[in-house]
Amino acid sequence: MNGGQDLGGTHGHGPVEPEANEPVFHAEWEKRAFALTLAMTAPGGWNIDMGRFARENRPPGEYLSMTYYQIWLAALEHMAKEGGLVSDDEIEAGHSLQPPKPVRRILLPGDVAKVLYRGGPTERDTNTKPIFGVGDRVRAKNINPLTHTRLPRYVRGHVGTIERVIGCHVFPDSNAHGGGENPQWLYTVRFDGPELWGADSDATIKVSVDAWEPYLSPAT
Amino acid sequence: MQLRTRALETILIEKGYIEPAAIDELIETYETKIGPRNGAQAVAKAWVDPKFRQWLFEDGTSAIGSLGFGGRSGNHLVALENTSSVHNMVVCTLCSCYPWAVLGLPPLWYKSAPYRSRTVADPRSVLRDFGMELPKDTEIRVWDSTAELRYLVVPMRPTGTEGWSEDKLAELVTRDSMIGTGQPKQPKDLG
Repeated sequence: MNGGQDLGGTHGHGPVEPEANEPVFHAEWEKRAFALTLAMTAPGGWNIDMGRFARENRPPGEYLSMTYYQIWLAALEHMAKEGGLVSDDEIEAGHSLQPPKPVRRILLPGDVAKVLYRGGPTERDTNTKPIFGVGDRVRAKNINPLTHTRLPRYVRGHVGTIERVIGCHVFPDSNAHGGGENPQWLYTVRFDGPELWGADSDATIKVSVDAWEPYLSPAT
Repeated sequence: MQLRTRALETILIEKGYIEPAAIDELIETYETKIGPRNGAQAVAKAWVDPKFRQWLFEDGTSAIGSLGFGGRSGNHLVALENTSSVHNMVVCTLCSCYPWAVLGLPPLWYKSAPYRSRTVADPRSVLRDFGMELPKDTEIRVWDSTAELRYLVVPMRPTGTEGWSEDKLAELVTRDSMIGTGQPKQPKDLG
């Protein structure tokens, strides 16, 4: 979606402000919001693409004024409610009021290290061949889905070069919305700075994105 | 936020969807166990061991996996080589994708609008925010982490470190130098 999260190339956000000796978490509640989000993917049956969409799916003004973990918590509440795991009145009461929804699995303490080490690899086997090869010139399509996509606005319509054929990977645009993994060929596409930002911009800059085949068409 | 988070956690525990000990372990893992020391180890090894260096650039996931690191946000790792003519920077404009397995959780600035908006458009001004200036003919390669590939910048080895052990070299490798917003420490900085 063309939401507040699609920030590449936007202006007015001010200087980058690194914090000296920054702690991993700035408050106790942030630690809980982080860990609850990770732990709930098992009972929720959610995938990372659904989680990303839940975080970005809000009015841009909200997205830009909420803190990072405020967004995580809001998204977790939303997904838990949508999934029928908790209800609005329970959240208001701060207690469970109805019996739990049966879930297939939960994250057990003894499994945390193993689950983290396994992670979430997204490469899948395929019988298909990639359409593009290294060195091919491609144009990022001008798509504007209301749903989840990982093609940022600042590259859409622009011509770049295939730098790498990565492999066949889970396609977020499907996976985020119950369309299944629908794996597609994934490429690293390199764009010259002036192509993206104008002929007068810094020619020493090159920007690459990792783009799935459905995002690209051959550039003539 | 404290009350709101605690309320949700209470409900989820009461429902049996989560176990408190699992929550505690997740927090402890990312507060204390997984962090930039992992990436620094890989960089230091690449500085001393040419075969590992080649492996790291050809297959980052396997090379870093051989050190025991990997998994969540580290299943698909790509190492990027800084040279005297090319400087690499990593960003996730759309959210906060970051190589947790080798760097731990990202700093707040990485996840915030200034960095996410400006790095792809004007990386030199971002480097200036970090007190860093590169020669104007240095090529700056910005990598927007839009898929599950996670990028690790391998900075250049500081001079005056001949004969140093991997452990000592790893102390020079800063977190920011592995994102591309800083350079490694110099020998004199170790004091």
